[in-house]
Amino acid sequence: MISEYLYIIFFDSLKILALIVPVLIAVALIVWVDRRVWGLVQLRKGPNVVGPFGLLQTAADALKYIFKEIIIPAGSNKIIFILAPVVTMSLALLAWAVIPFGDNLYVTNINVGILYIFAVSSLGVYGIIMAGWASNSKYPFLGALRSAAQMVSYEVSIGLIIVTVLLCVGSLNLVDIVLAQKNIWFAIPLFPMFVIFFISALAETNRPPFDLPEAEAELVSGYQTEYSGMMYALFWLGEYANILLMCALGSILFLGGWLPLLDIAPLNLIPSPLWLIFKILLLFIVFALIKAIVPRYRYDQLMRLGWKVFLPVSLFWVVLTASFLFYFNLLPNQS
Amino acid sequence: MLAHAIIFYFFAFVTITSSIMVISTKNTVHAVFLLILDFVSVSCLFIMLGAEFLGMITLIVYVGAVAVLFLFVVMMINIDFAELKSGSLDYMPFGLLVGLVILVELGMMAVSWKYKPDFVVKNPMTTTTASNTESIGLLIYTDYFFFFQLAGFILLVAMIGAIVLTFRRKNSLRRQDITKQVSREREDAVELIKVISSKGVKIND
Repeated sequence: MISEYLYIIFFDSLKILALIVPVLIAVALIVWVDRRVWGLVQLRKGPNVVGPFGLLQTAADALKYIFKEIIIPAGSNKIIFILAPVVTMSLALLAWAVIPFGDNLYVTNINVGILYIFAVSSLGVYGIIMAGWASNSKYPFLGALRSAAQMVSYEVSIGLIIVTVLLCVGSLNLVDIVLAQKNIWFAIPLFPMFVIFFISALAETNRPPFDLPEAEAELVSGYQTEYSGMMYALFWLGEYANILLMCALGSILFLGGWLPLLDIAPLNLIPSPLWLIFKILLLFIVFALIKAIVPRYRYDQLMRLGWKVFLPVSLFWVVLTASFLFYFNLLPNQS
Repeated sequence: MLAHAIIFYFFAFVTITSSIMVISTKNTVHAVFLLILDFVSVSCLFIMLGAEFLGMITLIVYVGAVAVLFLFVVMMINIDFAELKSGSLDYMPFGLLVGLVILVELGMMAVSWKYKPDFVVKNPMTTTTASNTESIGLLIYTDYFFFFQLAGFILLVAMIGAIVLTFRRKNSLRRQDITKQVSREREDAVELIKVISSKGVKIND
């Protein structure tokens, strides 16, 4: 009895480690990719000294952060101040549990997978709010307020986009969502939704041009202002893990997850996880390019875009998709 | 089964402790964080009961949206610790009254509630093997359609009411009109005027 539990715990821990360690390594590499792309756009070289092509730059940075002193402001609310980066980082890793890398390659496969990811990513705002409030300082507080409003507004349109995809799939299970795209990736029939999803994902992860919560020019890096050393690094890692998660979600919802581009000989011989990683990387490079190219939005423009453009457009698409599927009798799972 | 029981009692304990602490803590922001903990453990309990859809919706709606707005409002209140220490016992009788009313209502519900005679037999939650999400959908869009729509209308009325109560049109406010800005041509903005010496010009704007 007990040994059975121990066996399950041991086996599950191994599975979790086999997911989290590659995700953390991927985060380290993706930070390097981000800085490299950013550098190339601006005709600089970017990090290219530490290790081959500068690949170990992130490791060097992480070491630097670990050995720095953690400073906790005297006026801060200590428990919440320390909890905030922990919450950010753990929530960013939590959602990876349901991401499928292949037909049978996942840590868990739950019926409400997409809702789970949506729920966990909507909790991500707490790390930022907690950091902003607990710092007891003006800039972090303003950053936290901005971020709370921004993330809640863009979640609404992400929710409606997910509804559109689910209408075409008829299941909340991520594996089913990918398998439903065997004939055509949803990025093609639902192209406007894909674009809106991508832009909302930028806002949801506080990436430029929507990085108002940390806008260094006005808020001296917002909610992170009072953080130092490893706690700052946790925010930073959590942010990139979230970005990767959003790229993974985008490729699962719209780019056919682990499915190959075409189901023909040279393409379908590539193992399925590689396809998903390739798609995530592709989306991430667009994220990085946008960071380098697009200037930051003003706050009222950000809100206008979220509520007055994305919300009506995505709501209209939900109604349009539903009517189309109903009229042409294409609704899935009809009994 | 043992592990199940341990996990259930853990979440039940967290739920009850955190909800007691919500009303006993002095700091309002801490109270909201404890309320969030409460919501999270309630959704874990839902998931343990096999109602994973409800659990996730609780997380998304209450924790992801409602509690964020609570926190948003509460964070901006300037906490005056001297006033907080003065004691909240003044509100005790009123709080007890509200609690008593809710308890009586719950008791009346529990005693007099009856299911429809064929509820358990025809209920998709108990009869089909379909997933939880599907059975909820089958239930609320068939038998309980009117109640569901009614709840939606009540929320809509409340929303419109809130907007009407707080909306004030300010004529002095200058808003950005992006199409107007972008469609502005040189001819609309710049005018070349020949200035006659010692007479000046009258600019009409």
